[in-house]
Amino acid sequence: MLNPLQRRMLRRRLLQAIPVLFLATFSVFMLMKLLPGDVAVVLAGEQATDERIAEIREIYGLNRPLLVQYGDWVLGALQGDLSQSLLSGEEISTTIARVFPNTLFIVAYAIVISIVLGVPLGVLAASRPNTWVDKFVMTFSSVGVALPNFWLAMIFVGAFALNRAWLPATGFVPPQEDFFAAVSHATLPAVALAASGVAEVARQLRSSLVEILQSQHFRTLHAKGLHPRAMLWRHGLRNVSVNLLTVISLLVNRTLAATVVVEAVFAIPGMGTTMVNATLQRDFPVVQGVVLMMVLTVITVNLITDMLYSVLDPRIGQK
Amino acid sequence: MTSAPRSLHAGETSSGSSPDADPAPSAVAAARAASPSAVAQAQAAARPASYSVADVPPSRRSFGRKVRDWGADDPFAVVALIVLLTIVGCSIFAPWISPYDPTLQDYNVILMPPSPDYILGTDDLGRDVFSRLIHGASASVYAAFLAVGVAAILGIPVGLIAGYAGGWVDDAISRIIDTFLSFPAIVLAIAVTGVLGIGLTNAMISVGIVFAPQLARLARARTLVLKQELYVDAARCFGASPTRILWKHVLPNAIQPVLVQMTLLMAVALLAEASLSFLGLGMQPPEPSWGGMIARAYLYMQIAPEQMYAPGLAILATALAFNTLGESLREAMDPTSGKR
Repeated sequence: MLNPLQRRMLRRRLLQAIPVLFLATFSVFMLMKLLPGDVAVVLAGEQATDERIAEIREIYGLNRPLLVQYGDWVLGALQGDLSQSLLSGEEISTTIARVFPNTLFIVAYAIVISIVLGVPLGVLAASRPNTWVDKFVMTFSSVGVALPNFWLAMIFVGAFALNRAWLPATGFVPPQEDFFAAVSHATLPAVALAASGVAEVARQLRSSLVEILQSQHFRTLHAKGLHPRAMLWRHGLRNVSVNLLTVISLLVNRTLAATVVVEAVFAIPGMGTTMVNATLQRDFPVVQGVVLMMVLTVITVNLITDMLYSVLDPRIGQK
Repeated sequence: MTSAPRSLHAGETSSGSSPDADPAPSAVAAARAASPSAVAQAQAAARPASYSVADVPPSRRSFGRKVRDWGADDPFAVVALIVLLTIVGCSIFAPWISPYDPTLQDYNVILMPPSPDYILGTDDLGRDVFSRLIHGASASVYAAFLAVGVAAILGIPVGLIAGYAGGWVDDAISRIIDTFLSFPAIVLAIAVTGVLGIGLTNAMISVGIVFAPQLARLARARTLVLKQELYVDAARCFGASPTRILWKHVLPNAIQPVLVQMTLLMAVALLAEASLSFLGLGMQPPEPSWGGMIARAYLYMQIAPEQMYAPGLAILATALAFNTLGESLREAMDPTSGKR
């Protein structure tokens, strides 16, 4: 399926990911070093005994050189050991394993909504440029991008959960327990999250489609008598699939960030609530673990996107 | 925009001439390449029969006229500008224009609906919502300018250096840019506030750090094109230092797309501030902020649902205004845009 050039391209992408991974993990590691004063004393809390401070120093390996600490931390993380919470003493990897699937479920749900609604809207606007349909879609998309999604989430709660009780207001059911209940609980948060996603997908798709539809390639397709619908859906969408991929990978980054706030509105036990609570309680190792996981997720998605480029667009990798 | 005229203009725009330059020179050059007799023809074609104001190339029009043209072209952008000026005005003159002290609590008027005395009602501590809304503008404006300012101070020089130096410097900086592009802005901001202490300034500086790579990437891309220019070569031949070349010759020509992006980032920063204040990690009570007001309104949503609309609409209007202005600037500055 892949020619040698594409394969070389893939290899280059993978190699480029190594320094990015190193820098990202190092930055997340250094976050903890921003703590003013002796980290062990801060971690141990205000009324800590000297023994407790020494113990903390031992647990988090704070009495060793910086690079050794970093190396240990990365090696530990690779084996799923992210040390433990200061407050509950729970292994952070256990916490993340519990809450991360919930966040992923909502993010995935929101991105599916963004694509399912955004693509037809973008195509619709692009097929009738500068008509009222186009203007309506574009206005909707401008508003969608500027909407604070946690506010939208609250309006949804008011309208569909409190006043009409069509959907549960808050809370979360893990999809593996009861899929139907999980979907109904996740619908309001996912729709609130997807508002900006739908807008972004529709807007980007419209602008790249409008551009491509005026190209000579499409003039030729028109001249040979191809039906406009076939032009748009078959040839047009294939041509802009690479742009769409870029938008979607950016969307993963943004939606992951936005869930932090939306989870708070719906009291969803996800990465966001875990992180916000840990921040308010100054439970730094948990914050660090959650940030690491989120950043690694985004890097992975970016890497997969980059590799898909060369599969979707055979021109990439050829000189 | 069709592909044909775009390729015709490509040489013109990348040659560093003003994007609005008279198309005549390229027509003449093309004709000269073809045949000498065509030169006169091309020159005749390029010279309009009679001059009117409309024939003056946009680059030579007065500033006032440019502004008027822009307003006529894009009335929404003018509305956006007025909205933004109002918000900035509110943030500066809040103590003089707000009817009440935003932190003054009056337990006789708790969660009142809008009335002539309190035009947007009162919150759960009897504070005037309208006054808090006006004062809340300061937090938003401060946050947006701080984050984007940090991003510009870090991002633009780094992008210029990466693009101009090339080689391993460029490679190294590009990897750093890639890395920070994979940090979700709010996530890093929360982490940094968690470590350095909760507060709006720390949070917005970290949002700025996450934004910086976006500006660096744009500045780098423009610099890569601009450093090939003849006038950059000329400056180098005159012995200008790289700093001088970047500051005097590259930056002024690279700044336009960066400015557009900065305007758009203002909206993102504003939404980030609102989110952080909503979570209780940004502006600290009792100081008013729009995100914080929404958070309090959420607690009393079943008793006083109207409380959450005003601050939310304020965030929406401001973010929308920044985006509209940014898009309009992009249109106005983009030489390949057909709308101009």
